Amino acid sequence: MKQPKQKAPGPAYKRLPRRALILGGVQAVFIGGLAARMRFMQVDQADEYRLLAEENRVNIRLIPPSRGRIYDRNGQIIGQNSPSYRIVIVREDAGDINQVIAKLSELIPLTQDEIERAKSEMRRSAPFLPVTLADQVTWEDISKVAVNAPALPGVTPEVGMTRQYPRYEDFAHVVGYVGPVSDYDLSQIEDPEPVLRIPRFQIGKVGLEAKQEIKLRGKAGAKRVEVNATGRVMRELDRQEGEAGADLQLSVDADLQQYAQARLAGESAAAVVIDCENGDIRAISSAPSFDPNLFVRGISVADYRALTQDNYRPLANKTVQGTYPPGSTFKMITAMAALEAGVISPSSTVYCPGHLKVGSRRFHCWKRGGHGTVDLGLSLKRSCDVYYYDVALRVGIDKISDMARTFGLGVKHDIPMSAVAAGLAPNQEWKQRVHGEDWLVGDTANASIGQGFMLASPLQLAVMTARLATGRSVTPRLVRSANGIEQPSGAGEPLAVNRNNLEQVRKAMFSVSNDRRGTAYRSRIIAEDFRMAGKTGTSQVRNITKAERAAGVIRNEDLPWERRDHALFVSFAPYDNPKYAVAVVVEHGGGGSKAAAPVARDIMLQALYNGTPPLEAYPSADRERIKEQQKLLEGDRRPRARPGEKDRA
Amino acid sequence: MSYLEYAVKSTPSGVRKVLYMNWPLTLLLVSVACAGFLMLFSVAGGSWTPWAEPQMERFGLGLVVMFIIAVVPIWFWRNMSVVAYLSSIGLLILVELVGTVGMGAQRWIDLGFMRLQPSELMKVTLVMLLAAYYDWLPAHKTSKPLWVILPVLLILIPTLMVLRQPDLGTSILLLAAGGGLMFLAGVHWAYFAAVIAAGVGLVTTVFKSRGTDWQLLKDYQFRRIDTFLDPSTDPLGAGYHITQSKIALGSGGWNGRGFMQGTQSRLNFLPEKHTDFIFTTLAEEFGFVGGITLLILYGLILVFCMVTALSTKDRFSSLVTLGISLNFFLFFAVNMSMVMGLAPVVGVPLPMVSYGGSAMLVLMAAFGIVQSAHIHRPR
Repeated sequence: MKQPKQKAPGPAYKRLPRRALILGGVQAVFIGGLAARMRFMQVDQADEYRLLAEENRVNIRLIPPSRGRIYDRNGQIIGQNSPSYRIVIVREDAGDINQVIAKLSELIPLTQDEIERAKSEMRRSAPFLPVTLADQVTWEDISKVAVNAPALPGVTPEVGMTRQYPRYEDFAHVVGYVGPVSDYDLSQIEDPEPVLRIPRFQIGKVGLEAKQEIKLRGKAGAKRVEVNATGRVMRELDRQEGEAGADLQLSVDADLQQYAQARLAGESAAAVVIDCENGDIRAISSAPSFDPNLFVRGISVADYRALTQDNYRPLANKTVQGTYPPGSTFKMITAMAALEAGVISPSSTVYCPGHLKVGSRRFHCWKRGGHGTVDLGLSLKRSCDVYYYDVALRVGIDKISDMARTFGLGVKHDIPMSAVAAGLAPNQEWKQRVHGEDWLVGDTANASIGQGFMLASPLQLAVMTARLATGRSVTPRLVRSANGIEQPSGAGEPLAVNRNNLEQVRKAMFSVSNDRRGTAYRSRIIAEDFRMAGKTGTSQVRNITKAERAAGVIRNEDLPWERRDHALFVSFAPYDNPKYAVAVVVEHGGGGSKAAAPVARDIMLQALYNGTPPLEAYPSADRERIKEQQKLLEGDRRPRARPGEKDRA
Repeated sequence: MSYLEYAVKSTPSGVRKVLYMNWPLTLLLVSVACAGFLMLFSVAGGSWTPWAEPQMERFGLGLVVMFIIAVVPIWFWRNMSVVAYLSSIGLLILVELVGTVGMGAQRWIDLGFMRLQPSELMKVTLVMLLAAYYDWLPAHKTSKPLWVILPVLLILIPTLMVLRQPDLGTSILLLAAGGGLMFLAGVHWAYFAAVIAAGVGLVTTVFKSRGTDWQLLKDYQFRRIDTFLDPSTDPLGAGYHITQSKIALGSGGWNGRGFMQGTQSRLNFLPEKHTDFIFTTLAEEFGFVGGITLLILYGLILVFCMVTALSTKDRFSSLVTLGISLNFFLFFAVNMSMVMGLAPVVGVPLPMVSYGGSAMLVLMAAFGIVQSAHIHRPR
């Protein structure tokens, strides 16, 4: 190697140590800066950053609460949570998705729709998140998937909870149904609970399920989990259990409800049974009905169209939502108003020639030839219209309207069902306010027999009857207890009416179905202890012209269905010690005595005997026919298919 | 006795050279590398693979390389400077032609057993060449314009080539290291003042032009500069990494969360946690105490390089040692500023700690030259 040629330090090199020290100083300052910054972040701001790190790491996951169950008054299940099976797929574990799905669809039926939906969901979500392929899968399909698990990587059966209504059609209108939370639902709720944002979380959509949603839902629990940057759960840190929803016990008797539903079958009708003692609704059925389970699952377009296009409107809850002119069933109210006002006494009479001229218009009695001289008892028993025209004109509409409200008509009863209607008990002020017209005497005449503006729901008619029967302000009660806590009774305070007047009206109602000439005599109850008092009603849905009246009123049977009269019947029994009040409305059923009274009587007997009544309770002439009918209804009430056994569409 | 005679006589020879090495520097390097192994073990979730073990093998190789270079006399390395510089340029051209694309830039040549990053090599060879240049240049010519332009060109050629890859971080380091060396060599203050003034003026003009009629850059270019300078304006993109990095660092607190207990790195919130962002893991798990310890170790490495540089009377030795230590400083200073959110994110690893073969090997080779200067210094 060559000799090293190294230069001796000269003047120019003197600068080097100086500049090296300058540069070293700059470096030292910089390092000091880094240290200061580190101190600032790790000592002064450590808590803040620690918090941020925790926020990063810890995720709060909600645990959906189990929904409260719904029972009838005897503890029979009406709404419950049952396991539902679904098949989920995890993209990460599946490998070739298309191949796995193809294999799976050979095993179980999968629609193209389901496959497409699952695929698009997979594209959007993280690869380790399970995506539902098929929901509401039968047990057999689940077993098939489980057996073939090795051939189906990433596919697992999962069990969840879904609402199930074991009484099918019977409680569709009372309990309603649940469904997954929709965007619309969320927009309706102010500050929605986070639990509502859980995919497929079910909330009440109509009926009791919707009205008592908060009680039934319960409170969501939460678990804290550690997640990594991609959101995968690494482990559970702790959990706080939620609170299950309250179990609700209805006042309704499921067996009676089922009977009523079966008895109404084939008609567009409604029936309400109220316990006179405490206002408990023992049955509240609207026919025809529908299977609420269809809605939980997501109803098919065809099924839904069939329901909406049915003339008998199965989706409408006629018991509280439907309002009808009460017709002659309103006459008790007119009578009470007149008696209380002192305009008439029970014995004062009116002469009925078959019509009454009010102003320039002639108001007809339903009986062409008239009833002759009638007093209060006779007027109710024979349902004379002229008597009530005459009396009402003397009392005035305002007192009648007030009396209607006293008996629960034209006021909204607070029960947790959807679309509870207030009905209408009009007065002068109302017509001025709504129609901007003066009240006419003709309006009073119409109102006196429950026609014209007068509207009432079957529930209101049942409440009215219960109040007439007991003289107390009975209010309906649908929910008997929530989580075992008894709800306030609906027995009510005594009404501010004269006992004697009420007794006269009740006596007249008794004769309606027990006097040989009463309009409901044919639908009487023979059993001595259970004698029934009632009142028929037939309310017109059309005007009868002068020409038609001259030519003879067209019989109901000859009219198209939707123009026929509504048939109504209200009753209470036993007469001496009222237990139940029943109201029945058969839409376009024709005469109340023929179409509604027998139904009400049958339901009443079923309630009074708490089961199928003995034939001895019926009039002897009817027994053969009743026996047939009981057999038929018994067949209708056979046990229905169990859940899960229905085929997937 | 002449100076040369004195110099040759006092230089150790044979195996005795090892005794004359800068041992404190060697020990410091080993400790920093060990801290690196520990962190690589931790970020792999308590496993020697895939990072800690290969890193240890490379460090072993690096130590051997350092010893070999150390025992070769320093004047040999001075004579090799031009060759080394030219080969680095050649490799940079080669990487342009056959390089592997990684992280969106053309940086590596795959040698089979390791991936060579010529820009890493360039950092050292540039320093060597400049040191040799100023060693050769008579002192009175140092600040003559012609003799200033030549080294500027020597710096700019590789800088522009690296920038083309594109690797902004490395090109800035090249520029800074080259400039630093010229400063050490004694180039007149006025040149630096002029360059700095011109740079500041240019940047100010460009930014002043924003929103006026004579705007010099397009709007989107300005927005990109904004995001680059302040990543928090883009919290889900460029800002995400730096935010997570700051959270990890800050949450370490005084003592840290404990070895292998850092949630940010264990749960993958940290980006590049085994390379550029490894310091955040260290700071998260060992806290301020751990971070400052590493910083002190780095500082001591600079100090012992300075000792070598000032104790030698050979101009090349001094310059090359200070240049290498400046390079080292720039490495960790830029990296730490970046993970603490003080500087924009440019891909600069933490020296001796971050996982990476060629950076480690090149650094060890460079410290080999420092050791050689120390052993063969005229006393």
